[in-house]
Amino acid sequence: MVSNVAIEKKRVDTEGISHYISSRPEILSFIGFIVLCILMSIISDRFLTMNNLTNIARQVSINAIIASGLTFVILTGGIDLSVGAVMALSGTFLAGALIAGWNPILSIVIGLGVGVVAGFINGFLVSYARMPAFIVTLAMMEIPRGIALLYTGGYPMSGLPKSFEIIGRGSLLGIQTPILIMFVVYILVYLLLNHVPFGRYVYAIGGNEEAVRLSGIKVEKFKMLVYVISGLTASISGVVLTSRLMSGQPNSGVGFELDAIAAVILGGTDIAGGKGHIIGTLVGAMILGVLNNGLNLMGVSPYTQKVLKGAIIILAIYISSSRQKNTN
Amino acid sequence: MSDNCLLELKSVSKTFSGVKALQHVDLKINAGKIHALAGENGAGKSTLMKIIVGVYQPDAESGEMTFQGQVVSHTSPQQAQELGIGIIYQEFSLIPYMTVYENIFLGREIRKNGFLDKKAMRKKATDLLNHLGMDINPNSKISELSIAQQQFVEIAKAISLKVKVLILDEPTAPLTPVEVKNLFKLMRELRAKGVGMVFISHHLEEIFEVCDEVTCLRDGQSVGYKDVKEIRMDELIRMMVGRDVSQTYPQNHEPIDYSARPLLSVKALQRSRNLPKVSFDLYPGEILGIAGLVGAGRSELVRALTGADKSLLKEVELEGVKVAIRNPKDALDLGIGLLPEDRKTQGLILDFSVEYNVVINTLKESLSKFKTIRRKSLSSRTMKQVRDLGIKTPSERTKVKNLSGGNQQKVVIGRWLSTQCKILIFDEPTRGIDVGAKAEIYELMRGLTRAGMGIIMISSELPEVVGISDRVLVMRNDDIVAALKGDDITPDGIMEYAAGAKGGNNGV
Repeated sequence: MVSNVAIEKKRVDTEGISHYISSRPEILSFIGFIVLCILMSIISDRFLTMNNLTNIARQVSINAIIASGLTFVILTGGIDLSVGAVMALSGTFLAGALIAGWNPILSIVIGLGVGVVAGFINGFLVSYARMPAFIVTLAMMEIPRGIALLYTGGYPMSGLPKSFEIIGRGSLLGIQTPILIMFVVYILVYLLLNHVPFGRYVYAIGGNEEAVRLSGIKVEKFKMLVYVISGLTASISGVVLTSRLMSGQPNSGVGFELDAIAAVILGGTDIAGGKGHIIGTLVGAMILGVLNNGLNLMGVSPYTQKVLKGAIIILAIYISSSRQKNTN
Repeated sequence: MSDNCLLELKSVSKTFSGVKALQHVDLKINAGKIHALAGENGAGKSTLMKIIVGVYQPDAESGEMTFQGQVVSHTSPQQAQELGIGIIYQEFSLIPYMTVYENIFLGREIRKNGFLDKKAMRKKATDLLNHLGMDINPNSKISELSIAQQQFVEIAKAISLKVKVLILDEPTAPLTPVEVKNLFKLMRELRAKGVGMVFISHHLEEIFEVCDEVTCLRDGQSVGYKDVKEIRMDELIRMMVGRDVSQTYPQNHEPIDYSARPLLSVKALQRSRNLPKVSFDLYPGEILGIAGLVGAGRSELVRALTGADKSLLKEVELEGVKVAIRNPKDALDLGIGLLPEDRKTQGLILDFSVEYNVVINTLKESLSKFKTIRRKSLSSRTMKQVRDLGIKTPSERTKVKNLSGGNQQKVVIGRWLSTQCKILIFDEPTRGIDVGAKAEIYELMRGLTRAGMGIIMISSELPEVVGISDRVLVMRNDDIVAALKGDDITPDGIMEYAAGAKGGNNGV
C-alpha cells in the first residue's frame, strides 16, 4: 500500500483572524449585535435597564423559537413559509381544548401535535413527493390558517383557565417562563445540530444531497424530519403566545415566517443551505428584537421600522454573499 | 520577440492571502501554434488561465502581460474577449433552451429596424459553421446537441468574436475518442487560420498528438518550455512531477479462481422495460473493468445495481445469498460502496472537513452512551484512513475543497473503507487526477483486492482498463456485449465491441 504519508503544514486553510471570521459568520452577527446594543444605549438611556432587557428577551422568545426549527430546514437547503400559520392553528386548537376543560398537559400535547402533523405533511411532500419546498409551504400557509379561522369562526377564543398563564406570563426560578422555554429549546437544538449524527446529516444534506444519498444515508427520512422539527418549534411558540395572550387567536402569527427567516439569515446561515450555526439564529432574533425595541424607544413610526428592517436584511444578505465570493 | 507572438506573459506572479499560487511565470503564445500547458493539479494552470482572461489580476509588483506588443491589464473576461482572447471552459456557458444561432449571437444580436433579424443571424451562423467544417444545424436547440457538438458551438462562438488567442481548458475530458479526433481536426484548421491556442489536458498523449509547444508548470513556477518534437513523454512527466513515476500498472500476481463462488453475482438486472437484461459476476480479489463509449449505460448500470437509481428487475446474490438492494442504504449495509463518477457533485460535501467526509455514513460507530458523537473517535478513525491511504492534508479538520483531486478521491475511498465494505465500485476513479496520484490510486486498488475485496471499475481511459483489469466487460447500448479475459484484453479488442464492429445486441 501507499507509504509516503505526509501531513503538509502549509495550506491557507486555518490562517488569520479574518479567515476565521469568514468561516464563522455567526461571530460577525454577534459583533453586529453588540455594536447595535452600544448604539441603542447611547441613543436612549432607557435601553440599558434590566426591565427593558428582559422585555426584549421575552418579546424575542416567540420569534427565536420559531427560527430555531426553521434553521434546520434552511440548513438542508429548504424553506418553511408555513410556520406563522401553523403557530396560529396550534394556538387555537390548544385554546379550544382548554376551554372544553381538557387536562392542560393533554391540551398542550394537542397543540404541539398540530405542529408535528403540519410539519410531517410539509416534509412528506417536499422529501418523498419531491415537490419544491417553497410552493408546498406557501400552500401550507393557507391551509392551517384556513382551518384555524373555520374552527374559531374568525374570533379570538378566550376564557382559558387562569393556571395556564404560567407559560406566557409567569416565571420559573426567577426567570420569565418564555425566556426559559427559549433557552431550553436552544440547548436542545444545539445538541441536536452539533452532537448527534442527525445534525451532521442536516448540514451534509445542505452541502451535497446527492453525495450523502450515495453514501448510504436515508436522505428522505432526514429531510422530512427537519420540517417536523420546524412545525414543532412553531407550535411551541404557539403555546407560549396563546398563554401570553390568554386566548387562541386565529389571526396571530401573520408575517412571522418572514421574521423567522430574517433571524436565520441575520444569524449567518447560508440561505442555500449547508452552512450556518444555531447560536447565530438566536443572535439574529435578538438583533431584530433590539432593533424593534430601540426604534420604539426613539419613537420611530412602525412604517419606517418596516423600511429599516427590510434594508437591514438586504444588508445582511449582501455581506454574506460578498463574503462567499471572497472565500471561493 | 518574434513577430507572430500574440500574447506574452513575463514573470507574472499571483499571491492569494499570503500563498504564492504563481511565481514569475513566463508564457508566450504564438499565432498559428497550439501551446500545451502541462502540470499536475494545483500546479497553477487554472490560476494562470484566469489571469490571462482577466478573472484574476497579477500581483502589482510582478511582471507584465502584453498582447500583440501592447501592455494589457484587462479586468474581466468581457474585456479579454474584446481584445481577442477567448476561453472555452469545461462547463459551457451556453443557454440550453435556445438555438445554436441565438447562442452564437447572444448579446450582440443582429437587428433590423429595432427587431431581431433572425434570417441574417441564421445565415451568418450557417456560414460560420460551414466555414469551420462543423456539421451542426444552427436552428437546433443546444439541449438537443451532444457534449462534443456543444463544445464546437462554443468554439464557433469564440471564433465569431474574432478571437486571436483561444484557451481550451481540458476540452477532451467529456469527449469520446472519435469526438476527440474531430476536435483535433478543428484545432488544426484554426491553427492554419492563424489562431494561437492554449491546450490543457490530463492526457499527455494528446499533447503529443496535437500540440506544437509545451510549457510545464510545477508548484506555481514555469519549469520548462519545449518544442513538442524535442521532448519525450517520460521527460515531460518528470518535468511535471519533479521525479520519476512508474508508468506501469500494478500487476495481480495471484491468479483469480474463477471456479470459486462469486463475491457478487448479478443474475438479472433490467433498468427499464425497453432496455436489455444484463448479468455478470464479480470474484473475490478481482478488478472487473467496465469499458464502453460514453452513453453506453455503464454508470447507469452500477447506479441501478447499488440502488442509487430505480430498476425494473434486480436479482442479486452476495456470496451466494440472495439480497435486496433497494437504495444506497441497503448497499451500505451489505458492504457495497459506490464511488461516483463526479467527486464534486456526487461524492463529496466540499464545505465539510476531511473528517466528516470520511465518517459521514459511519457516525453511528462513534457514539457515546448518550448517543452523542465522540469527536475523538471521529478524528482517530479519520487519521487511520489518512495514514493508510496517504491522504495529503494539513489536518483532518481541513475542508475537503482545499485538497487536490487525487486526495479528494482518496477521501471518498476512505469513507468506504471505514465501512468495512467488501465490494467497491469505482466510476471513473482517475478522472481529473494527475499522473502521480493516478499511480497511487492503482496501487491502492490492487492492495484492496489482495486483501480479498472485489472491485468494479468503470473507465473511459482504455490504457487504464487494459492495464489494471483482470476481466473486462464491454458495454454498448445499455447491454454487456463482451466479457474479455487475459490476452483478449487489448485496446483494439475493447473498441471493436464498444463501437459495434463485433458482438451482437443480445448480450453474451
